Amino acid sequence: MTRSLAVHAGLLALLLALNWLLPAYHQGNLARVMTLAIYAIGYNIAFGYTGLLSLGHAMFFAAGMYGAALPMRLADLAIGPSFALGLLAGAALALVVGLLALRTAGVAFMIVTLMFSQAFYLTILLLGTWTRGDEGFVIPAIDRQIAGLDLTAADTRYLVAWALFSAALLISLRLVHRPLGRSFVAIRENEERARLLGYDTGRLKLWSLVISATISAASGAAYATLFGYAGASFAGVQYSIFPLLWVLLGGAGTVLGPFIGTLFMFYLIDLSSGITEAYMLIAGVVLVLLTLFAPGGIAGEIRNRLWRALP
Amino acid sequence: MTTPILETRGLSRSFHGLRAVHEVDLSLAPGRIRALIGPNGAGKTTLVSMLIGRIAPSSGRIAFDGQDITDLPAHERVRRGMAYTFQITSVFARLAAEENVALAARRRLGTDAPAVDRAVADALARTGLADRRAETARDLSYGHQRLLEIAMGLAQSPRLMILDEPTQGLADSEIEAFEALIRELSATTTILLIEHNMNVVMSLADEITVLNFGEVLAEGPPEAIRADARVQAAYLGTEPADAT
Amino acid sequence: MDFGPHLLLALIEGAVLAAVLALMASGLSLVFGVMRVVNVAHGEFFMLGAVGSWIVAHQLGGGAGVWFAALVAVPLAVGALAAAADMTILKRLDYDPERTIVATIGLLYIIQQVTLMTYGPEARPVAAPWDMRIALPFVERGEAGWQFYYPWGLSTTAWKLIVLVASAVVIVALRLFMTRTRAGLVMRATQLDGEMATAMGIPVERVYAAVFGLGAALAALAGVLIVPIQQAHYLMGGDALLLSFIVVIIGGLGSLAGTIVAAVLIGLSDGIISVFFSPTLAKILATLLVALVLVFRPQGLFGTRAR
Repeated sequence: MTRSLAVHAGLLALLLALNWLLPAYHQGNLARVMTLAIYAIGYNIAFGYTGLLSLGHAMFFAAGMYGAALPMRLADLAIGPSFALGLLAGAALALVVGLLALRTAGVAFMIVTLMFSQAFYLTILLLGTWTRGDEGFVIPAIDRQIAGLDLTAADTRYLVAWALFSAALLISLRLVHRPLGRSFVAIRENEERARLLGYDTGRLKLWSLVISATISAASGAAYATLFGYAGASFAGVQYSIFPLLWVLLGGAGTVLGPFIGTLFMFYLIDLSSGITEAYMLIAGVVLVLLTLFAPGGIAGEIRNRLWRALP
Repeated sequence: MTTPILETRGLSRSFHGLRAVHEVDLSLAPGRIRALIGPNGAGKTTLVSMLIGRIAPSSGRIAFDGQDITDLPAHERVRRGMAYTFQITSVFARLAAEENVALAARRRLGTDAPAVDRAVADALARTGLADRRAETARDLSYGHQRLLEIAMGLAQSPRLMILDEPTQGLADSEIEAFEALIRELSATTTILLIEHNMNVVMSLADEITVLNFGEVLAEGPPEAIRADARVQAAYLGTEPADAT
Repeated sequence: MDFGPHLLLALIEGAVLAAVLALMASGLSLVFGVMRVVNVAHGEFFMLGAVGSWIVAHQLGGGAGVWFAALVAVPLAVGALAAAADMTILKRLDYDPERTIVATIGLLYIIQQVTLMTYGPEARPVAAPWDMRIALPFVERGEAGWQFYYPWGLSTTAWKLIVLVASAVVIVALRLFMTRTRAGLVMRATQLDGEMATAMGIPVERVYAAVFGLGAALAALAGVLIVPIQQAHYLMGGDALLLSFIVVIIGGLGSLAGTIVAAVLIGLSDGIISVFFSPTLAKILATLLVALVLVFRPQGLFGTRAR
């Protein structure tokens, strides 16, 4: 346990140091990556650890984003409470969706989550008077202050993103070592066996989804407050595919995988969108190659070949 | 007269008109070893699947410790003290053997990590798997996987343990060890055993229930069953003892 | 126009949509029915049909002869592409349901983005081979009883009628193919029991490639038929996929009859709801309906419960 803790703490220390070492462009990128990696971490809990392949997580991300941004825009609420509202929105949505969607499994579950997410996206468009639909809205810099910290300043933004990311990483690390996290893995590995060992798999899957959604919502809320923008595209199908892509690439069912995958894909797309408008082609090719040759992802392959105890 | 630990009344199950189990009244006294035998297709696995909650009965009631559990989901029944090992081995193939057993123990012992570790070590030792604890479950031999299932059952400290053909695939020495384990276990746990190996049945069982075409054909102590002409006829042999 | 003729017009428009939808959904349903695979890239095959028609019309000029060549050649080409994808990618995944869906998502992006890179982001129209408008009669009660008359504005195009006829013909042909020919029997046998089929000498992998190709060809055909009515655009697969999903799930995955009925229902009601209410609201209701059907009645209207 201590060796793996050292590795994870080491990564966090490195990321912290990079705040002062990176040029402005990459510092901004990494802040964005860390914020989105929180989303990947959240997704990984449902998908990587519990085996729930959802194609609709964008609704939880967007619930966090709008749950935080709308009160700030419409009711002038401060950042702290808005952030909390974002988390609450994600958790509540997951509870409702989960109670319905978890009555299905496998392919049906994938489609049901996709459908609910689509309905959520379309509702955001429908309520365009308040949400500004696809166009979205900006959160003015004046509102993005908390406890005297100006979140629009590059350093502050990076450090806050880092702090939130660290929290998410450590939460997931702790979770996988606790009985709850182990029971998620049991469900993924052999659900009927878990049931017949006395585990209430229905309730546990709901817990997994709610925890996953809350962390995803945190990412959405953080993204809105740190980067000052909320838009309907974050609720679209693409934003449901992204965490799947990041987690698969980095390593589903590992703690570091989500971050590795997010970082990798971010820069891959960043580089290729300089070359062509069709940068999602890269995403498509990577997905196909991953499912064919490396279902374990980067961290997963490391775990299988080099270091079996990597959490 | 002690309360039976498990009791069924009129338990039946049909599949699209085919009667798999019909009007079975079963009563298990606590602390005894009961063997459930019968030709292939007699409905034994269907019967125990209903007991543990894997499938729902078409009609009839089941009571555990005097409480009606017919409508309880499987995981609830396990929490009340039932344990089940599958006929076709069902372990967590990609996890280590010790994690398999730990999962079984953890549900009861929760966050008490030292207690879980002790229960795991104990279960592995009693099934002879202690030096294979770190191996991945699917890398174990078939016989060892079946023992792993039993270890998982032990780790639950159940009141009633239902074993579905536990000795299938075990070598003779392993079967001996298994018999010793069951005898030791029956001091604290009631055992219900589906078995085809008649030597094991005759050696272990306090009572035998014979199922044929989904109905109880005969019930009683081993000697009576061995001598029962109907049982012999059902097995199409004169000596149940040499059927394996 | 009065309400009566207006409704008739809406019904015809809806029928055309339903016909194309039925074609597309049959392809999706066929693939799931035989292979137990959900092909998320199905909408992209539809798009390729439309874009392919544009390419053919653009290179070889218009004219009926060229059009009929396209009607046959484009679906064949798309079908071949799909079969190749099946043999190189899906086969290697052993058709594992979850990994297959992820792979088809990747395929979706590859097809979509390559089209973006080559065909471009614009929507381009393709003219139908004939441009005839056909006035439609309606009835009204006159002094001499019920009479036919031709309300102004109530008309359709020859092409739309062709779409209706062609779709009906293809779907009937598909049904006959599946139930009356040896190839169709082989496909259904493979669906019922893959292992048994292999044991009886049926080349299951080739059957799967053929089925996957056929499913894609049906989608492409739908694209070819619809392109004179809509335009060819690289993103047109998304909406089409969603509608096909809705039809297939409500009608019941694997059931051809259910697919037809659902396509008619969805096609007609989508038109009507979109006219009288907001199209966005219609879509929201449709997606929620799909989700709830899957949760509470997963076999849809006519489908059989998945084994």
